[in-house]
Amino acid sequence: MVSIQHYLMLGAALFTIGVVGVLTRRNILVILMSIELMMNAVNINLIAFSSRLGQVAGQVFAIFVITVAAAEAAVGLGIVIAMFKNKETMNINEIDIMKW
Amino acid sequence: MSVELVLFYLFAVLAVLSAIFVITAKNVVHSAVALAVTLLSVAGIFLILHAEFLAGVQVIVYVGGILVLFVFVIMLISIEKAVHERQYNRQWVIALITALLLIGELGLVLWRGKDSLVLAEPRPVESVLGLTGNSQLVGETLYGNYLLPFEIASILLLVAIVGSVALAKKKTSTE
Repeated sequence: MVSIQHYLMLGAALFTIGVVGVLTRRNILVILMSIELMMNAVNINLIAFSSRLGQVAGQVFAIFVITVAAAEAAVGLGIVIAMFKNKETMNINEIDIMKW
Repeated sequence: MSVELVLFYLFAVLAVLSAIFVITAKNVVHSAVALAVTLLSVAGIFLILHAEFLAGVQVIVYVGGILVLFVFVIMLISIEKAVHERQYNRQWVIALITALLLIGELGLVLWRGKDSLVLAEPRPVESVLGLTGNSQLVGETLYGNYLLPFEIASILLLVAIVGSVALAKKKTSTE
């Protein structure tokens, strides 16, 4: 019997790894992957509570999270391609034309 | 130790280790492969939680869709230059503080709430509603109570398709 704390701790660990990835890396593709990691951590929490409380609504919410993740990945990677066409780089430190 | 617990630890350790590899690997392709391992481990966690439909969706949509999209983009743009330059920015102090704060906060929540998290032994959801199978249950709920959010999600996907095509298409001379 795996207690719900186990799942919550796993979710917390994955979420924190994602946050560290977003904050420290300079490659935009790795940053997008870190965001996917965070979405997965949220899904683990949703499904753990759904299973433990005996309610299926959490799993439906997880489906919506996956939908949003797919849309985010599509738009994000479109931005990456447009960015690479213009500046030939994936380094976010060099994308600063809107900085003042 | 039950089989369930052993499997949980196996998948959890695999997921966390490969997640750490995702954010530390120099080469983006290695990151993508490690992300695949993480996503498949999370699918295994879903199976332990008896969310079979979600485990299938995880494998099909995440590994088969989103991750292939990532690999496709990696193929389209050259990564040789990026491997040789500095991988981390200079925000590691802020990142460390944020990570420690986040871990501390989540740990405090889990520790303070450990009494309220003692939940009843999970009942199989199917027996409660008189339905059979996880997929049927998720479907009945999704197309019943959550029909409007489902339609909104489909519009979100439509907007995402149009947006990504508009972002990635070639500039024509008429514009």
